[in-house]
This record gives sequence, structure tokens and C-alpha cells, in this order.
Amino acid sequence: METNKVDQNAVAIVDPGPDSILGPGHNYDSVTQRIAGVVFLDWKNTPKNWYLGLTVAMLFVMLLMTAVSYLFLKGVGIWGINIPIGWGFAIINFVWWIGIGHAGTLISAILFLLKQDFRTSINRFSEAMTLFAVACAGMFPILHLGRPWLFYWLLPYPNSMYLWPQPRSPLEWDVFAVSTYATVSVVFWYVGLLPDLASLRDTANPLWKQRVYAVLSLGWRGSAIHWHRYQKAYLLLAGLATPLVLSVHTIVSFDFAVAILPGWHTTIFPPYFVAGAIYSGFAMVLTLIIPFRSWYKLQDLITMRHLECCAKVMLGTGLIVAYGYSMEAFFSWYAGDKYESFMYWNRMTGPYAFTYALLILCNIALPQLLWIRKVRLNVPLLWALSIVINIGMWLERFEIVATSLTRDFVPSSWGTYIPTFWDWATYAGTLGFFLFLMFLFVRVLPAISIFEVREVVHHEHELEHAK
Amino acid sequence: MKDSGFIPLDALQRAQAPVDSAERAPSPDLKALRSRLAAGKGPAFWRTLEEAAETDELREYVEQEFPGLSGQIPDAGTDRRSLLKVMAASLAMAGAAACTRQPTELIVPYVRQPENVIPGLPMFYATAMPLYGYARGLLVESHLNRPTKVEGNPDHPASLGATGIFEQASVLSLYDPDRSENILYEGRPSTWAEFTGVITREAEAARGRNGEGLAILTGVTTSPTFLSQMKALTDMSPSAKWYVHEPAVREVAAKAAHTIAGRAASLVYDLSQADVIVSLESDLLNNSPGGLAYARQFASRRSVDNGATPCRLYAIESSPTVSGSLADHRFAAKSGDIAGLAYQLAKACGVQAEANGAAPDWIAAVAQDLSNSKGRGVVIPGEYQPESVHLAAFAINEALGNVGKTVRVVESIEGPSTHTIEDLANDLTAGKVEVLLILGPNPLYSTPAALNLQPAMRRARLVIRLGQFYDETSKWAHWHIPEAHYLEAWSDSRAFDGTATIQQPLIMPIYGGKSGHEIVTFLVNQPDLSSHDIVKGYWNTQLKDANFEAAWQKAVHDGVVGGIPAPAEVTGAKAPALPALPAPETGTEIVFRPDPTIGDGSWANNGWLQELPKPQTKMTWDNTIWVSPKDATTMSLQKGDMLRVTVDGRSVEGPTWILPGHAEGSFTVHFGYGREMSGRVGTGIGYNAYKIQPVATPWIAAGTVTKTGGHYRLANTQETQTMAGREPVRAATLAEYREHPNFPTEFDKPVPNNDTLYYNSDYPYKGYKWGMSIDLNVCTGCSACIIACQAENNIAVVGKDQVARGRHMHWIRVDRYYSGDLDEPTLYNQPVPCMQCENAPCEVVCPVAATTHSTEGLNQMVYNRCVGTRYCSNNCPYKVRRFNFLLYSDWQTPSLYGVRNPDVTVRSRGVMEKCSYCMQRIQEAKIETEKQNRRVHDGEVITACQQVCPTRAIRFGDLNDPKADVVKQKQLPRQYALLDDLNTRPRTTYLGYVRNPNEALRGSGGNKQG
Repeated sequence: METNKVDQNAVAIVDPGPDSILGPGHNYDSVTQRIAGVVFLDWKNTPKNWYLGLTVAMLFVMLLMTAVSYLFLKGVGIWGINIPIGWGFAIINFVWWIGIGHAGTLISAILFLLKQDFRTSINRFSEAMTLFAVACAGMFPILHLGRPWLFYWLLPYPNSMYLWPQPRSPLEWDVFAVSTYATVSVVFWYVGLLPDLASLRDTANPLWKQRVYAVLSLGWRGSAIHWHRYQKAYLLLAGLATPLVLSVHTIVSFDFAVAILPGWHTTIFPPYFVAGAIYSGFAMVLTLIIPFRSWYKLQDLITMRHLECCAKVMLGTGLIVAYGYSMEAFFSWYAGDKYESFMYWNRMTGPYAFTYALLILCNIALPQLLWIRKVRLNVPLLWALSIVINIGMWLERFEIVATSLTRDFVPSSWGTYIPTFWDWATYAGTLGFFLFLMFLFVRVLPAISIFEVREVVHHEHELEHAK
Repeated sequence: MKDSGFIPLDALQRAQAPVDSAERAPSPDLKALRSRLAAGKGPAFWRTLEEAAETDELREYVEQEFPGLSGQIPDAGTDRRSLLKVMAASLAMAGAAACTRQPTELIVPYVRQPENVIPGLPMFYATAMPLYGYARGLLVESHLNRPTKVEGNPDHPASLGATGIFEQASVLSLYDPDRSENILYEGRPSTWAEFTGVITREAEAARGRNGEGLAILTGVTTSPTFLSQMKALTDMSPSAKWYVHEPAVREVAAKAAHTIAGRAASLVYDLSQADVIVSLESDLLNNSPGGLAYARQFASRRSVDNGATPCRLYAIESSPTVSGSLADHRFAAKSGDIAGLAYQLAKACGVQAEANGAAPDWIAAVAQDLSNSKGRGVVIPGEYQPESVHLAAFAINEALGNVGKTVRVVESIEGPSTHTIEDLANDLTAGKVEVLLILGPNPLYSTPAALNLQPAMRRARLVIRLGQFYDETSKWAHWHIPEAHYLEAWSDSRAFDGTATIQQPLIMPIYGGKSGHEIVTFLVNQPDLSSHDIVKGYWNTQLKDANFEAAWQKAVHDGVVGGIPAPAEVTGAKAPALPALPAPETGTEIVFRPDPTIGDGSWANNGWLQELPKPQTKMTWDNTIWVSPKDATTMSLQKGDMLRVTVDGRSVEGPTWILPGHAEGSFTVHFGYGREMSGRVGTGIGYNAYKIQPVATPWIAAGTVTKTGGHYRLANTQETQTMAGREPVRAATLAEYREHPNFPTEFDKPVPNNDTLYYNSDYPYKGYKWGMSIDLNVCTGCSACIIACQAENNIAVVGKDQVARGRHMHWIRVDRYYSGDLDEPTLYNQPVPCMQCENAPCEVVCPVAATTHSTEGLNQMVYNRCVGTRYCSNNCPYKVRRFNFLLYSDWQTPSLYGVRNPDVTVRSRGVMEKCSYCMQRIQEAKIETEKQNRRVHDGEVITACQQVCPTRAIRFGDLNDPKADVVKQKQLPRQYALLDDLNTRPRTTYLGYVRNPNEALRGSGGNKQG
């Protein structure tokens, strides 16, 4: 049994730059040591930032607990919603979190099927991110109910009332879309973890850790037949997860597109929502992975190539989103519908015009910097841009959900929406909850797929041999 | 009593009244207790004051009654025998207790079920509510002796089946938990017996002095019984003085009528005969004793359908009134300039009048219009205008031959000429008043501060106050007697046209209240008669029927006393030469008005009225200072900016409200707010305009208005009052209408029926098919429908903060829109209940099927099933759905349980609610007619909003019944549906608004388009 202490001098930590997904000099052993080392790092050597981050995240979890307790005690009236703005932060945040939850499965499944090398090293991390984002998202539809204790009435179960959910409601479709996505994401993530759990089992110390990992690894022994079946299963799951990436946000967009409200009733929503989701998902991956690789000194495993590829995906999906915005504006004018054209005019010039200006700045104007290679290779700038895009995508949901509701058909019923402290507290609380889970995740599970990086090592060796 | 198991209701009431308990025990600190209860810290239910106060004495007492077991349990050394004895005894005791123990609350079972009382079915009783002294005939719904809802009495001429907002809200005041519950002497609980002792002595002494020093202050009253009591009093004690204080009504109209008639008289109008109506700042359709009848008459002449020619209304006013909102031409003028304009109009109509300056150009056209309809026109002077305006109006009516046709002079039904509150203040200051009885009014709040009544009142030796609340006046009275609500005591009153009604109570006084009759009866030496005996005794002398008992029964049952002659017409009434007008004020004028929903302040503690959006502004829970748009620009004011209004060195501060159509240079302030002791609801909100009210000219003052720099958060229910390019209200002029009768829908593109996401829901609706039609032509925006709906459907009051957040709960709202010029706008009122769409967008988006469509076309809301996603509201294009964001219904205050309609669920937190077309009323009619094996006939289901509407703007019925009123309405060409381009196929539709402008006045008076 080797020592758990990572031998920092075994392989130099060198970012190989934008052309390689692995730093030089790695062998199977060094990869395992480096990644498992993060998990087995003793408390003394755990980066201070981890402690600090976990504490801050924990405080926000407390805030979430307070906000939710108060919510259950008093009702959704503690938020800023009203008539006509029946949906506010809860739905905005739900859509935002679900959007963020898109990157993981996209990276793991679609890029796997497309055989993109840059998915390795970041797929595990972003899948975890997906799960935690979906967990945050899943909270909101329940919190947002007037009577949250009756949320199960949305589930189709045989009951003494002889009542089923109402299948024409897009909210009902959401129940299935989101729960399916969550389930498949968990399974996909867990299956992907199995070989690595076994690796941890083999290196863990003391015994109780070994036992925990042993149970979790479901008896993985790494035999050829295991690997054979594993790869088939993984491929199948990737195939299953791929349509879900597209379907979840499509169905979430139906919540709006099916309604008759100007600003919601738009056929362009499904593709534009999916593009926006991937956009924000990749932004969140960068937001998290840049500090992570620096704190744990993993620049040779998460290289500039990974970061640059993410940046390129952001640029591409960002352009789709920009196209969506312009088409939305164009059709609201071209359709000649007075409510539609007023709605868009109101977005641009009404009481919430500043959010629209910020949205365009964050989501369309600033990300154009990504055309410049130097920007893509500038890590701090990339990190700042990823945060800008996260804010922009949140504003997009604010525009769609809240601003559209403020001024609809009958002018006498127009209203204003002012979020309250509890709106912000709940939102900040879920951010804390999300980060809290991320911090725990990097501490107990390999944040980078060990066996897949080993495959890369193997692949590179093969290439060398071929020379 | 115990044997029969029957406890009379009055005994029950007495048992519950905390007064008795106060007799037995030394009284605890009431003030502290009151504040503990007000703070919500006291126990929810309490039987005695001590219990509520949780005093040490109480704890001691409890300890003595039920001492702890410790002393009785035998010590360890006790032998088996004695232990068994104790156990057996306690077991027996337990058994005995279980057998005989009664519930701690009294229960009242029916031994024999009273005739006609079927639990679950309401009974209706005729009565009347005196509003500013004049009767409004009512039918009050009672569920097992619990009045829950007020309706108009169709047989009563001042109601005709309709009511105003105050009648609807009065039932909430009945159950107001803040009503005073105790007879108080100098602030401490006392008893009726003690009080009767005092008043008997005082009455005797006063009689000995011929009534010298005895002063009685009441509101305006038309009660024949009370008048006869007062007559008996003045006969007995000629020097006793009767003062009348009615802050929202001033004696100027009566004074002018007196001048015209030569004796006490009043003017009665007949608008059903009027082709041209000129209102000189009058709110005749809304704020007058005959308002409901006048509104009905007016509406009958607004019809444009089937070739009818509508009447034309000109309104000249400074502060927009409800009646003025329907004017074909509205001219904004400073209130102080109206007299001048009246004189100009008089002059133009051929009356000898000295008018200063040049007349505005529209005067000639209005005068011409009036002159063209001789005998079919009427000029109505404003209630708050000076005598000169009343005389000028009468002179015009006289000159044009309208007197006797559209306006009649009849003998007054009010009491003999009485003294005013100023006289009282003078007499008090001069020390002439020894004993002052205040029966009803709250003068220490509702009189001008300049009158300085409070120190004056303290000079009286004994002040006795009869009032429903322990308020500003009671605080300074020696005795406070809780006053019975009009639904609790026998009385009588007369309507504007003289019709008498016997007011029968529907419930025993909840807090042991007394009526004015029961107090005055001591003064006329007939001590301790109940108000029933007093009223019946009076009518025994009046009803000349051989069988008095039968006549009495019939009068009480009908709500109208038959065989009472109408007040005689005054012959030889003549307008005197018009007095010379003082030079008009040029400076800023302050106009004083009762609040549109709170009145003079006596309704301040009524949550329904506080939350009722004021018709002109849609503002709730506050009084604002109305400012014209021009003045707002000059002073650079925004809505909510604080203003300081100074009159004669006194000032108040209130928030700005910029009101289109308000006269420039004129600022309107409203009474009713700034209460200091009104109760939990009304205390401490708004400003008190009485503080700056001048004594001599109570409705207008010269003053200054300055901006203080502060800002105030206002709670209004409608932010946007322009139509923003949409056409929720569709309007045309009469000429346009004649050419294009279908003007509301003429340019609409028909929507294909199958233009829906799901399926073409052409359900046949073979049974009933409920629908509603709302005629915008006659909606005055009075808002009675809102409050009637609130009363019928147990709609919660949410409070100012929640209204400001956009969470008011009214199921029907009345939208107010303006178009055209800011200074001379055209006004529109639009009641909006649920449209009950056949293609309802709300239904398809509910994930749990909590809102569904009935086979009769009702869009139903299933509260039990609602989980509160609010998707339905988002998808409702009319935004008529209301959500319980918090727990809005009051589940804590037991007294408020009484007001609830047992047929309608009280909603809890987290569920959506909305207009149901009064589903409970539909069901009741269906059950009744199914028993008779027939269909519901037209008119058998009346929704609450329809029932209350004074102008019958709202019609409801079965669309499958070709003879139904609503079907006929919907067949009219000016029918249109709101947002019909969305293919929602609403069941509620509107009839377009047709104005009748004067061609000669094209482009003025709010008729830019005309």
C-alpha cells in the first residue's frame, strides 16, 4: 500500500497550453496519484481556500434554511410576486439553474458520442455540477407553490380522490422532464464513477474509507468483461442522455411558449432556451473549474485546451442566443400584433429597460471578446467573462418571466415587480447550497475521471510507439 | 330554564356580555387590558376581564377552586384500605364528572324547531338603514339569526333593490370587534342600572328647570318616532335645545329650500323626465339621500338602443364626482367660481342675475340646450355649494318651466329647525349647557378644529355619549353608552321622498348596545322602555288601521309603511331675487369633501370600505390631496409627494394625487381619515382635514399649498389609467352610434373558431348557459358591486401594505380610464369580473385541474385542489384572478365569523380565487327549481354585483333562455367582448359606451373626439 501523500515532485505541474489535454510526463501511476491525491489530501494540506469557501457556502446554506422556513411559515407572500406578476424569482431561478444543469450531460454524453477529447478531465466535474444545479432547480417549483405540502398532487399516482394531474399543463410536462433528467443524470454520473471508486477503494487508507468506497464501487474488479459491459452501458446511457439535454429545456421553455402572454407566446423558445442553457452551463463550468484547478494545482490535467474549448462553445451558443434575441425582436415587430410589439418596446424602454440593457451587455456584447484568441487564453479574463455570462443568462430569465408579466393585455392591471429580501435570500441560499455541495464533492470523490485520463496517457503512449 | 334545555337568546347574550362580570368583581385595569388585547397578546377567548388580564387574583381563585392533588394523596405510610377509598372516590368523581359535565360554553338546542327556520336556508328581513338620516330600504339576509348580507328592498323607493357602498359595508361594522362593549363611567366599566339612575335624576332635575341647560346633539334624523320623542321632550322642557351635527351634510340645501318655499322644505328631482341635466358640482346620483333612485332614473334615460334618445348630462365641477364621470360634457371650474357660472347660466337662460365678467363660451350652448328642453331639463345645485347656487339653479328651473316636472318642492321630513354645532360650541363656551347628550355623532373628531369644541365641552357638568365606538368624543364624555347598530335595535326612518320604514333588528345587540330612543325616553319620563315598545307605541298612534297588529306586521314585513301620506307639495315656491355674489377668490382654493369611501369618518374602522378603491383614483387606505395636472406641473409634483395645506394658520400634510379633470387652482382634501381612536383598522391613517376646516364656509377655503419634500407610499389598485392603444372600453358619440350601431366590433377581424392550441371546444351547453352583460353606458363607477361581491363571497381584506404590493383581492374591479386631454379628459368606468371564457386560457395550464369548466359554461375554481402555481393568473389576459399570497382571511377574530356567508368557502393561504358568477346563488336556484321540476326562470338567479347595481348596468342570466334579459342585451349591436381577438370567447360581454355630446360644443368639455 502506497502512502496517500502525493509526491509533488513526481511529475512537474505544467499546463501544456491550448494544444494538449494532458501535461507532459504523466504515466498511469502519476495520474491516479494526482487525482486521488486531491481526495486523500490530509486536512493540513487541504487548500485554505477550500475551508474558506466551504464556510462561506455553509453560511449561505443557513440563509437558505432560514428563508425556506420563513416561507413555509408565512406563504409566498413574503416574496415580491403579486397579481399580475404571479411568477418571480422562484421561476427565474428554476430556469436559470436548469440551464446551468445542461453543461454536464452535454459534455459527458454528446461530446462523448462526438468523441471530443476535451471532455475528458472536465466531464466528471461538470456532471456533478449538473446534478447540484438540478437539485437547486428542483427546489424552486416546490417552494414556489402556494401550498408546497401538496406538491405530490402533480405526480400521477392512484388516489382516493380519483384525480389525476391535468396533462395539458406544461408544468405537468416539467415534472416529467426534470425528474427524468435528474434520474438519468444521476445514473450516468454514478456509472461513470464506478471504475474510479474502485481505484479509490484500492488506495484508500484507513480501512473505513476503503470499505465505503468498496461498497460504492459495486464490486468492480476491472476485469475485461467488466470493461466490456461497462463501455456498452456507458454508450447506451450517453445515447439516452443526449436527447434529454435537448428535451429538458425545450419543455421548460413550453411553460412560457404555451401561454398566451405576450413575451411568452413564442415558437422560437425551444431552440433558444436550449442554446441559452448550454451557454450558461459552460459559463458555470468555467466559473468553477478555473479556481478549482488553480487551488488544487491541476493545470496539467485541466489544461488551457479545456478552457479554450469551453470558451469556443460559449461563443457559439452565445451567438445562437443573440440570434434568438434578434428574431424575437424582429417578429414582435413583423407580426404586427400590438401586444407583442408593445411588449418588446416595453422591454427595451419600459421601467425595466436597465435590465434589458444589462442583458445585452452581458450576454451579447462582452462575450464577443471571445473571438480573440488572446482573450480565450487569458485565464482571469475568461473567468470574469464566465461570470458576466452567468449574470446575463439570469437577466434573460428575468426579462422573460417578470418583465413580460408586468404589462400584458389590459392596462388597468399592469403592475410592478420588486423582489424582496426573501427573494434574494432564497436565491443566494441556493447558490450557497450549490457551492457547498461542490466543495464536498471535490473532497470525497475524484473530480476528474482517473481512468479516462489514464486512457489518454495510454493513447499518447500508443502514439509515441507508432512514431 | 335548565330543564327545558332552552335558553332565551337574550339571556344568552347577557350571559356572554362581560358587563355582568364587571359588576361582580373589582374591575381590573381596563386600559392595560385593552392594550394587551389590541396587541394580540391576550387570550383569544376570554370570559371575564380578570381572565383576560391574567391577574394574580385570578390565579389565586383558580388555585382555590381546583387545588392541586398533592395535599390529598395519602402519604407513603397509608394503609391499603384508605388508599383504595381515595381511589374509589376519585373514580366515582371522575365518572360523575363525565356524566354531568356540560360544555363550558352555553349551547342552545332547538326543543321545537321554530317555524320557517330551516338551517342552511337564509331568511330575509325588511329593514332600513339610515344614511345621513335618510332611509335606504333593505332586505337583510340572515343565516340562523345572523345577518350576513344586505340587499336593497325593491319595494322601497330609495333603494329599488339596489344599495350603495355604505349599506353593503354596514354588516361588517355590525361585527366589528373594536365596537365598544361596555357602559363606561369616566372610563371605568359601569352598569345600565347605574346609568339609568343617573339619567333619571338628571332628567327630573332638567324638567324642573324647564329643560334649561339640557342639550341634545344628534345627527340628521328623519325617524318619526325620534321626532315625536323630541317633540314630547320640547313640550315638556321647552328650554332644552336640540343640536344637529352631520359632518357630511350641511344645512345649506335645506336653508335654500326654506328660502324658496317659505318654510322647511326639500327639493325632489325626477330625472326620468329630464332630457338635459346640468349639474353644478352635484353628486346627485351617488351622494344624496335619493341617490339610488336618481341613478335608476338617470339610467332609464341613458338608453340609446332601439332608437331611444338619451338624456344629456353636463357636469361643472372642481373635484370630480362619481356622477360627473358619466357626463357628456364635463367642465372643470374652481368650486368658488361655480356660483359665478351658475349666475352666468341663469342670465343666459333669461333669469335676472348679476353675473360678473364674461361668460365662458360654453355657457351659451348649455343655456340654449336647456332652453330647448323647457320642462324637460333640470339644473341641480351641488350639495356643498353656497345658497346662491341653489337659488340660481332653482331660478333657472323655474324660468324654464321645469319646476313641478323635473324638480318638485316638497315639505321637509326632517325635524323642526334645530341648532347647529356652532351654536352648541357657543352655548358650551357661554356655560349655558349643563347636561349634554351626544346621541351618535363624534363631534370631537368631526368638527373644525377652529371650533375648539373639546375645551368647550369640558365646561358641561355632565356629558353622556351614545356611540358605537369608544372614540375621540367618548374619551371626553363622563358616560359612554355602547350604541346599538341599526341591525340590532328597533327604529324607523323616512326616505328622501317621505316613505317611512320601520327598522326591525335582525339580532340582539351583540354588545348590549342601546338606541337613541332608549336614552331619550328617560328625558320624557317614560323610563326603561325598550326601543321596540317605543317604536311600536309611536306607530300605534299613527296607523289608523282598525287592526293595528296586522298593519304593524305588514309594515314591518314589507319594509315600507303603507298609508303614510307623502310630504305635501309646496305650492307657491318661488326663487327670490338672486343675492349679489361676492367677488370671486383668485387665490388657491381648498375644497373639503367627505371621503368617497369613508365618508365623514364614521366608517373609518370598516376594512371593506378602507380597501374599496376610491372611484376617482383607485386608491385605498388613505386620503390624498387631489391636485389638477396643471398645478402638479407648476409645483413639479409627483404622485405621493407630501403637501402641506394651510388654512388660517392651521395646516395638515397629505400626499399628492394628480387627478385628471380636476380644476386648476383648486385642491381637494377629504375628511374621514386621521382618526385617533377609531379602532384597529382606522386609527392613525391619513390626515385629518377637519383640522383645517373653516367654520363659516365648511366646504371651501382660501389657503396655501406647499411641497414639504417628503414622499408617501400610496396603495392603489390601478396604476395605469390610460388605455395604451388598446380598446378595453369602446365608445362612440350618439351620431357615430346612429351611423354605426355596431361600432365596438365594426373593425374587428373575426377570429376563426378553431384558432386554439387544443381543440375547437364547441361544447353545446344544452342545459343552462350562464352569461353576463355589462352596459358601460350607465356605469357610474360607484363601486357598490365591488363591495357587494366582497360581502357575498367572503373576500378577505388584505391591508394597505398588501394592496401596495399589488395583492388586493376584489373579484370584480371597476377600471377607470381617461382619454383625451389631461385637463378635460373623457372618463370611462369599466367593471371587470371574471369573463368565464368558454376557451379559458387559465384552465389548460393548471397542472392539477383545480380550475375547470362546468357544463353550464362556468369557469370553476376548486379551492381544495389548488396547489397555488399561479400559472392560471399569468395566463389570464384579463387578470381577474386573485391569489392568497399570505393567510388573508381572518381565522382568529371570533366576532368576524358572524359576517361570513356560510354558502361560500373561506379561503386559506396559497390558493387562487376568482369570480364564480355567484355560483352559490345559481346552485340555490337550481335546487329550488329542480324540486319543482322546472327550469330556472330569468331573474331567479341574481349575482351580487347585479343586485346591488343602482343603474342596472349588470345583467345576468341563462343564455339559452331567449326571453332572458341578458340575451336581449347581448343581441344589441353595441355588444362587444373584451380581448375577443384572443378567441377566449368570454361569457361576460360589454355594451359599448355612447356619449351624447352637444354638437354646438364639439371639442370641449371632455369631448375632444366628439
